[in-house]
Amino acid sequence: MTTAQTHKLILEPGCTAKNYWRDLFHYRELFFILAWRDVIVRYKQTTAGAAWALIQPLVSIMIMTVIFGNVAGLPSEGKAPYLIMVCAAMLPWQFFANSLSLASQSVVSNANLISKIYFPRMIVPVSSIVVSLVDFFVACTILAGLMVVYKFVPTWRLLALPGLVVLAIAAALGPGLIITALTVKYRDFRMIIPFIVQFGMYVCPVAYSSHVIHDKLVTKFGIDLGDKLFLAYASNPMVGVIDGFRWAILGNSSTFYWPGFLVSLAITLTLLFIGVHHFRKTERAFADVI
Amino acid sequence: MSDPVIRVENVAKKYILGGNGSPNGLRHVVQHAATAPLRWFRNRSAQPTSASAHGAAKDREFWALNGVSFDIQRGEVVGIIGRNGAGKSTLLKILSRITEQTKGRVEITGRVASLLEVGTGFHPELSGRENIFLNGAILGMGRAEIKKKFDEIVAFAEVEKFLDTPVKRYSSGMYVRLAFAVAAHLEPEILIIDEVLAVGDAQFQKKCLGKMQDVARGGRTVLFVSHNMGTVTSLCSRAIWMAAGQVYRTGPVREVVNDYLSKGMASNYQSVDLKEVARPSYVHDTRLRLENIEWLTDVPLQHGERAEALIRFTITSPVDDVSVGIGFSTIEGTRLLSYDTDFQGDPRPNFSEARTHTVRLTIDSLPLGPAIYALDVGARSGDTHALDYLPAVAQIEVIPGPKTPGCIVRQDAGVRFESRCKWE
Repeated sequence: MTTAQTHKLILEPGCTAKNYWRDLFHYRELFFILAWRDVIVRYKQTTAGAAWALIQPLVSIMIMTVIFGNVAGLPSEGKAPYLIMVCAAMLPWQFFANSLSLASQSVVSNANLISKIYFPRMIVPVSSIVVSLVDFFVACTILAGLMVVYKFVPTWRLLALPGLVVLAIAAALGPGLIITALTVKYRDFRMIIPFIVQFGMYVCPVAYSSHVIHDKLVTKFGIDLGDKLFLAYASNPMVGVIDGFRWAILGNSSTFYWPGFLVSLAITLTLLFIGVHHFRKTERAFADVI
Repeated sequence: MSDPVIRVENVAKKYILGGNGSPNGLRHVVQHAATAPLRWFRNRSAQPTSASAHGAAKDREFWALNGVSFDIQRGEVVGIIGRNGAGKSTLLKILSRITEQTKGRVEITGRVASLLEVGTGFHPELSGRENIFLNGAILGMGRAEIKKKFDEIVAFAEVEKFLDTPVKRYSSGMYVRLAFAVAAHLEPEILIIDEVLAVGDAQFQKKCLGKMQDVARGGRTVLFVSHNMGTVTSLCSRAIWMAAGQVYRTGPVREVVNDYLSKGMASNYQSVDLKEVARPSYVHDTRLRLENIEWLTDVPLQHGERAEALIRFTITSPVDDVSVGIGFSTIEGTRLLSYDTDFQGDPRPNFSEARTHTVRLTIDSLPLGPAIYALDVGARSGDTHALDYLPAVAQIEVIPGPKTPGCIVRQDAGVRFESRCKWE
């Protein structure tokens, strides 16, 4: 940004997108500073501060364990304690849920910026995903703590975790961008997001293992149809992410269902592509409709 | 000297009135999509219906800009003037890439910084120090650049002591000073500014103006929108006069501004209606609205003779410490003479109920020499808080009176205000 080389900018209707990715790179400092602002501001004037990033998932994990593990008596995966199994899924789920709700609000709550200054609009929802990511890393200490308490030793599979975090980001970014762009025009989506987040937690295998679903489907519909139905269930991007996290964290106690993961990966990438495409198509008019 | 850094060719911008540009709300879109086949079928069988529907859509179109073309050369300082709604702000938004034009082409050579608002992106929870970095980045400064200028910015804003206080605890003056200080230290090749100078107290405004003049002299290209003709003439070399979404006239600043003032303003009216006149963007208060100024003596006024006017205003909600006044300025905007209800130490009344009041001004002997002046009308609360302000709302001519000597301003201006309203 400090280079003084003269560059020519040509503005014509419908062609702002030409240097889009270069532009995005050019505005990286703004991206960092907006992300930094969002992180700092998130827990300003709260007494507990960043501890909230721990309290929320911790309480959810405990409640889910009591209800699904103890009361309903659902099985865990292998020999892993139920608490750790829930925790391994709750971390990426909370990241996904936070990303979705923060991103969907992000452009609207930055309306003053959007209507007064130019920058690639994608910076705004992406920087709100950074905030969720910071929360996620803070919450990871819960997992570490639980592992110490239960003396649960992870395996080499834990090394796959960074890759899975990237997958989780992709899974959150795609739908996040779509919903952000829609919220700018239709504020209805502000009402829809809390629904998605609430129901999603029960639809995705957060509080229970996806094997429970698989076993139920197979016993009910037979092995062929049951497998197919489970594949449909596993096409949910978050099912792939959560199963991946469990596979990496729970080590040998967890088995991996490759076909489901691949379908879920393909859908994640498709959604990401649609999200970026739709966002780019609509962002030019953000200042007019916001 | 043909080195255009900004070239605007036939730019047009369309807005659809009512709602968000298209039928608002998700329900309409779903409905629209669901009935699409039906409409298609109907349109094919009955052409006239579709034509009338098309006409209705046309009515709701609004062209904020229509066929705007101009070039701006390197190092030029250009003022854009025109009434509210002439398309000035839309033009700036297109040039600064906030919105996209519907038609036409813009070519910009060089790094642009646009300043459409002071303090864009300031976050109330963050400290002054943090906001300098945030705002700087938003305006396009790199971190290293901000660091280099940090001390200068802080000194300019005069907020050293409060650097680590959240800006939500700042006084509005401090807030604005800090915001302007960051903006003033931008060093782009092209600077686009939308009436942001009108902030802060008089002294700070002077400082800002000085800074702007430095920028202009530094050989940078500046595009400047303002309603203050004084600022425009003193800063700019060329002016573009916009009217109804088009370039009405362009040329040397003095010529265009004089022409604008003589055509654009109500001139020599016995009575000037103030209700519908757009207020400058920095007037936020709505507790008091000036309604009308009416000259009881004949217009043009006569130098050295008695001048009388009635100013009518409406109180909409309780307001204290009120004074109302008028001012005479040069066409360029330099204030020559002011009369306020409190200027002789008279008390400033408080108003508690909503109703209309009239105040009568009598100038025994008008001290202004023969010339054309711009009339300003304003009301304030206390010493500085503007309740309502209409700079250059009309032109008024002063012609030589029977006693006109050869000098411009006479010493013996006996003036008094007589209120006909009940001061409470």
